[in-house]
Amino acid sequence: MEPRIGVFICHCGSNIAGTVDIEEVVRYASTLPNVVHADHNMYSCSEDGLSSIKNKIKEKGIDRVVVAACTPRTHEPLFRNACEAAGINRYLFEFVNIREHCSWIHMKEKEAATRKAKLMVRMGVAKAALLTPQEESESPVLPSAAVLGAGVAGMTAAACLADQGFEVHLIEKSEHVGGLVKDLDWAFPSDKSGTDLVRDLKKRVTASGAKLHLGTEVIDISGYIGNFEVTVSKGGKDEKLRIGTIVVATGAEELKPVGEYGYGDFPNVITQGELETRLAKGENVGDTVMIQCVGARDQSREYCSRVCCVTAVKNAARILKREPSAGITIIHRDIMSYGVRNEALYKKTMEDGVRYLRYSLEAKPVVRGNHFANSIEFREDTLGEQVLLTFDTLVLSTPLVPNQDNGRLQKMLKVPLDRDGFFLEAHVKLRPVEFATDGVLICGSARWPSDIPECVSQAEAAAAKAAIPMRAGKVRTEAITAEVDETTCTGCGNCVATCAYGAISIVEVEGRRVARVNLAQCKGCGACVGSCHNGSIQQRGFTEKQLASMIECLTGEEEG
Amino acid sequence: MAEFQPRILAFCCNWCSYAGADLAGVSRLQMPPNVHIIRVMCSGNVKPEYVIKSLVEGIDGVLVLGCHIGDCHYISGNHRTLKRFALLEKLLEDVGVDKRRLRIDWVSASEGEKFQKVVSEFVDQVRALGPNQLGRGAA
Repeated sequence: MEPRIGVFICHCGSNIAGTVDIEEVVRYASTLPNVVHADHNMYSCSEDGLSSIKNKIKEKGIDRVVVAACTPRTHEPLFRNACEAAGINRYLFEFVNIREHCSWIHMKEKEAATRKAKLMVRMGVAKAALLTPQEESESPVLPSAAVLGAGVAGMTAAACLADQGFEVHLIEKSEHVGGLVKDLDWAFPSDKSGTDLVRDLKKRVTASGAKLHLGTEVIDISGYIGNFEVTVSKGGKDEKLRIGTIVVATGAEELKPVGEYGYGDFPNVITQGELETRLAKGENVGDTVMIQCVGARDQSREYCSRVCCVTAVKNAARILKREPSAGITIIHRDIMSYGVRNEALYKKTMEDGVRYLRYSLEAKPVVRGNHFANSIEFREDTLGEQVLLTFDTLVLSTPLVPNQDNGRLQKMLKVPLDRDGFFLEAHVKLRPVEFATDGVLICGSARWPSDIPECVSQAEAAAAKAAIPMRAGKVRTEAITAEVDETTCTGCGNCVATCAYGAISIVEVEGRRVARVNLAQCKGCGACVGSCHNGSIQQRGFTEKQLASMIECLTGEEEG
Repeated sequence: MAEFQPRILAFCCNWCSYAGADLAGVSRLQMPPNVHIIRVMCSGNVKPEYVIKSLVEGIDGVLVLGCHIGDCHYISGNHRTLKRFALLEKLLEDVGVDKRRLRIDWVSASEGEKFQKVVSEFVDQVRALGPNQLGRGAA
């Protein structure tokens, strides 16, 4: 059956009509192929405009609607709803933007603007004739979450989700919970030790009903939002978990700077993490020098790990409290004590006698010793003079580095890492803690080195976002998805490699390899279409034929 | 003789460059009326074949406008665009089409002024190149 297209041109008061000759465009539209009705409205988006469109659809048996007005970015849903209300599929609608893209930008060229508007309508009508109905489907979401990693972030997220009544599997690779925090002498800014904080948090997890899997590794993840299958392995025994959403909280590791400043050679050259363990055991460390940015903010590792400055500051405060006579010097390139509490602690340590001296990357300090390291010499950057210090303990502030498992996990989850190897969220400002892949969230130091309050707030955010689809029990899937013509697809896999969402896989159909799109994962970008060498993959609503028909409108001479 | 009015096609992605064009309109930034936009969801959707078809059929110039690198709504679509179009430019040169008839650029949703600038520059550039003989010869 031939399409029956209705074209509605909007005056938008004088916004369009002040520049474009509306009557001329209507007259022209009525001469275009398949157009059974062309009309104009003062304001198409008004109640009057919409009901007149709906009435005309019914009266004239219109089955495709073109509205030439403003931008689809704001008004498309409104007109799609009107189409639906009048009984035609909401995707049998095409928007032509003759306001933002014509009348408003050619205000002094009325004739040219009218000619352009006619051509634009012609393009819209050509595409409309080829539109096909599309369905947004729904996909169920299981009310169960997997939280990967039982550090502070993971435990917090697990407890938050389980408290809401969801089934939660908290999966931890090692034999204990608490990650990097469990051995901390002081879990600043709380007044607890890391050990106590983790113990309390574990009680909360247990009370919440989340199931803790210790000594358990994730070995495979398949599926998509609402319906993941997470295969875990404990002691050689595999178990398949059916999961609705996944929270990644696998944390980070403290860099062990072997070879730097005598680390590994002298027993009294240690990292901040090792210092915390000694302090927690009640050991005295004596006169202490700390060096900041060891293995960070240099050519090998450009990023600032954020948490090491405050770690040094609070450990300095801790030492002074126990050993008031200890001399403490922190050698740094910049102290980043961001935030009110951190800055206050930094200031207090200065008042209490901790010395802060500055070195430069070009003239790194030199450590000397015999069996034990005992002195450090460097050029103080502010004074411009050589400084020689002696010490009992040298503490290296090293950055948190990405977990070695990130690469493996990334492949299973089909999510990106940033250039430093941390997990990359969908958008740092607009979509924090979410991955671009639906149903997978990120929190804690797996995302970026984070202190304890940051880990907790990110974990709560991730849990809240994971709960949304699980509470709804379903997600709506995109309608303008990709579809494969399996009869012509050669199974080359270009589209699989192009898809940023892992939505396409190669399957075998009657002995042939062909691409198949999982609609629940497809975001409707059409990048796969651009990669297909023989046009076997098409995006619904933006097919090659539809776009080609628009191109052809521009090549011929305009008629009428 | 009337000045040559090139007919130009612009592929704009829904999230950045189309929105940038909308902002240019809202800001009433005036520009030559030679450019017609086809909206796609992502510049990564623009097949090189679309550009070739446009030029073969006589369109005088083609713009492909996406989100800035790193800002793609679909993570990496514009990286694909960039790679494909580097190849396409070479191909156009090989078949004797002036590669200045194609321009790929990035316009964010907040860059109405950049949209105006790209459009105005490109219309001038294509006007200076004259009519696309490829299409006219074939017709």
